[in-house]
Amino acid sequence: MTSAREDILKGIRGALKRGPLDATQQSALATRVPAHTRPAIDEDAVERFVRKFESRAGTVARVATLRNVPAAVEAYREAQGLPQRAAVGAGLKSLRWAKGWEVHHGAAGSDEALAVSPALAGIAETGSLLLASGPDSPTTHNFVPDDHVVVLEAKQIVMHFEEAWAMLRARPEGIARATNIISGPSRTADVEQTIQLGAHGPRRVHVILVG
Amino acid sequence: MEIRSNEFKGRAVFAIHDASLQQALGKAREGFVGKRAQQAAELPEFEQLREEAKALKNHILDHLDHYLERYEQAVTAAGGQVHWARDAEEARTIILGICKRVGAKTVTKGKSMVSEEIGLNEALIDEGMEVVETDLGEYIIQLAHEPPSHIIAPAVHKTKDQVSDLFEAAHGGPRKTTVPELVDEARRMLRDKYFRADVGITGGNFLVAETGSSMIVTNEGNGDLTQTLAKVHIVTSGIERVVPTLDDATLFLRLLARSATGQETETYTTLSTGPRRADDLDGPEEYHVVLVDNGRSRMLAGRFREMLRCIRCGACMNHCPVYGAVGGHAYGWVYPGPMGSVLTPLITGLDNAYDLPNACTLNGRCASVCPVKIPLPDLLRELRHMQHQQEITPAMQRRALKLWRFAATQPRLYHAGERIAARLLAAIGRKGRIRRLPLASAWTDVRDLPAPAGRTFLELWQGKRGKS
Amino acid sequence: MLTMSRYPNESMGTDMPETAKNGPRVGLFATCLMNVFRPNIGFAAVKLLEDAGCTVEVPDSQTCCGQPGYNSGDFDAARALARQVIATFEHFDYVVGPSGSCMATIRHDYPALFEGDPDWAPRAEALSRKSFELLSFLHDELGVTQAQARLDAVATYHDSCSGLRGLGIKGQPRALLAGVEGLKLKEMQDAEVCCGFGGTFCVKYPEISEKMVDDKIRNVLATGADTLLGGDLGCLMNIAGRLKRINAPVKVFHTAEVLAGLAGGGGIASEPGETR
Repeated sequence: MTSAREDILKGIRGALKRGPLDATQQSALATRVPAHTRPAIDEDAVERFVRKFESRAGTVARVATLRNVPAAVEAYREAQGLPQRAAVGAGLKSLRWAKGWEVHHGAAGSDEALAVSPALAGIAETGSLLLASGPDSPTTHNFVPDDHVVVLEAKQIVMHFEEAWAMLRARPEGIARATNIISGPSRTADVEQTIQLGAHGPRRVHVILVG
Repeated sequence: MEIRSNEFKGRAVFAIHDASLQQALGKAREGFVGKRAQQAAELPEFEQLREEAKALKNHILDHLDHYLERYEQAVTAAGGQVHWARDAEEARTIILGICKRVGAKTVTKGKSMVSEEIGLNEALIDEGMEVVETDLGEYIIQLAHEPPSHIIAPAVHKTKDQVSDLFEAAHGGPRKTTVPELVDEARRMLRDKYFRADVGITGGNFLVAETGSSMIVTNEGNGDLTQTLAKVHIVTSGIERVVPTLDDATLFLRLLARSATGQETETYTTLSTGPRRADDLDGPEEYHVVLVDNGRSRMLAGRFREMLRCIRCGACMNHCPVYGAVGGHAYGWVYPGPMGSVLTPLITGLDNAYDLPNACTLNGRCASVCPVKIPLPDLLRELRHMQHQQEITPAMQRRALKLWRFAATQPRLYHAGERIAARLLAAIGRKGRIRRLPLASAWTDVRDLPAPAGRTFLELWQGKRGKS
Repeated sequence: MLTMSRYPNESMGTDMPETAKNGPRVGLFATCLMNVFRPNIGFAAVKLLEDAGCTVEVPDSQTCCGQPGYNSGDFDAARALARQVIATFEHFDYVVGPSGSCMATIRHDYPALFEGDPDWAPRAEALSRKSFELLSFLHDELGVTQAQARLDAVATYHDSCSGLRGLGIKGQPRALLAGVEGLKLKEMQDAEVCCGFGGTFCVKYPEISEKMVDDKIRNVLATGADTLLGGDLGCLMNIAGRLKRINAPVKVFHTAEVLAGLAGGGGIASEPGETR
């Protein structure tokens, strides 16, 4: 009995009326460089990122340096009426938190209210954040808490998706297990097309833009 | 899933008279169509992207074996496992096998049309597992024990009141009546399931050969919770969903959300590449991909290869006036609307879905919005051709066509017939119209038939200008 | 009378036929429905074409374009009819018909039907290139910009699907109608959505068709227009028949009738003398 794999590949080749591709053809495909049209954008990348992200109910606060981040998180926490407790990605370990804050770097548990994550990139085209999973940025931080704060440096903002992929490829660890592109708070329109935020993921996503 | 596509006519009539359904469909029509048009208008490159997406899909399909092998290699290198399933049964067996091996009790699911296609839920439930749909729309219809009526908005046929009733029955009171309350209640109910799940099953919008990643595009974040918190993540996807590189996937991403929900982008686009890594703090311990053929490699052979370009955005049904009139359930299987009317007979058999290719006015609105330019009306007509050739078409219709051909290929006979018809109908007509005509009751049950004046144009022309 | 911005058209270019010095020789495609139900549209078409300088002939060896067979999946029957149409009309400079649906069949479907046929494919393609729906022919090929006619009415225009999506007919009828004295055009919502006719569809699935035509009529009535115009008699018969059935006071005409100044009486599905 042939395996399903062999059968399916045989079926495909039969339908295409050819055998397996030879080495030359395969290497031609391996070196193929896609050059699809990218939307032309005539706008400053940072401005566009902010404008687009905010258009989908995301919020943005801007600070001068990384050292200002804990204060910005504190301001956000206070405005939302949250306790001084957060799951913080280890990528932000160097941040110094004020007295009273309880911070851990583990995965987010079911009672986690607030997470603070480092972004790998911002994509101006759609106003989206790109987060790569790993010990520095566990995936649960992005989806479990009601409030998600993401720290993004202005210099990390690229114009198009393709540039963000290039950043991902250039990492020593390569593609992350989970690469999350996040364009605002969780939403649904499954009841009568009415948009409702906070379907399953965070109800609020707040970007602290550094620089 | 049981195929009830041959009940189309009856189910369509029922749907037209279902007031709640019509109310829900009306709302959906307004929303989707307007938002998509706005997105298309706001992106000057939109039409160019459609052309490129069509060309790229054709390239992928021409080299499908190659890209699937590359994809498999990359998944394996990332520590995941690829399974191949020739048909629905094989796919179910593979997934059941994984679930049983890990002793799964609770299985959470993100939205996956392939899992509907292979009838996965029933199989898991039959083995005693708790299956929880986590997409809000899917959750609603799971409570209602119904199949999805739309490929991206599965509960689009439900009104808010109906959702309130379903939630009250399932969760107990007090009855929630506003959208925020309903969404909150579902959020609360499902939270615990994500954390308890042994296996999380999602679909895959794209499978990236370059990186061995599966990609899902969602708004709710349920797919991410499903695949991050379960011990085992299983992706189900059709073999045609592979793309060569991340840059190639991007081309489709730029079209998908705009075409589907009329958004510039959906909230979450997620790439999943293998299981939890040594230093990861979360993520599934196992990562599996089940590649489902189920008729797709057969489609690749002929005219219907174009259908394999489909990226499941739902724009065709959002713009289909027949879908808009009858909703998705009338189509009787998993995929409704124009794309479903092509896929259903091809996957389940021509004689299992006679009406689907026929219940279409060939108005072409679907093709005009398809992001990958599938000529849906042509494919539907091709299916009619196959039905005709295989004599699945009713004998009455075949006889009528023969008679019509016989007459129409003999101009003198045909014109004589037309003259008789013009006179006869003129004689029956009152005030320029005919209210009832026994042999044409399908017309006159709905509308008056304009009565001719008595003489045909050709007659009158020849009277005026002589023969030519 | 017609006003033309340019004539003869550049697109007639180098292979401009002999007869063009007297205006092109046009074979009128007399559609089945027009022939039986509304000869007035045929005379309107002839008038518009002659006013634009064409020599019009109506060959009597024509019958049907074959679309009913094609859309029912009987491709052999469609080919038989297509061969007849090709043989009948290929000697004309142009084939013009007052229907987007029939003319789209000739333009798009004939080449597809004969794909790979060494004898018929070139003939199908040659005919396809010179086949036009009436208004797009007048406007795009002959450069007609204005028809001099008068109709005191508030009208709304239904875009028939095959003309709209198959032949790109959208602006031409509106541009020409804009020149009709006394006529005010009011766009309806979803003007581009199918009316539910669809050839045999409307009798195979009458309930769905009824729902669709009712949606169309709701949009027509919402404009407050007293007249509905369109370019395909099938759709117009469907909408007019339903309007009559529900006693809605909206007259229905083919656009060509209006442009030719032949839109008298009550319109489609009314007595010639009827005024409502």
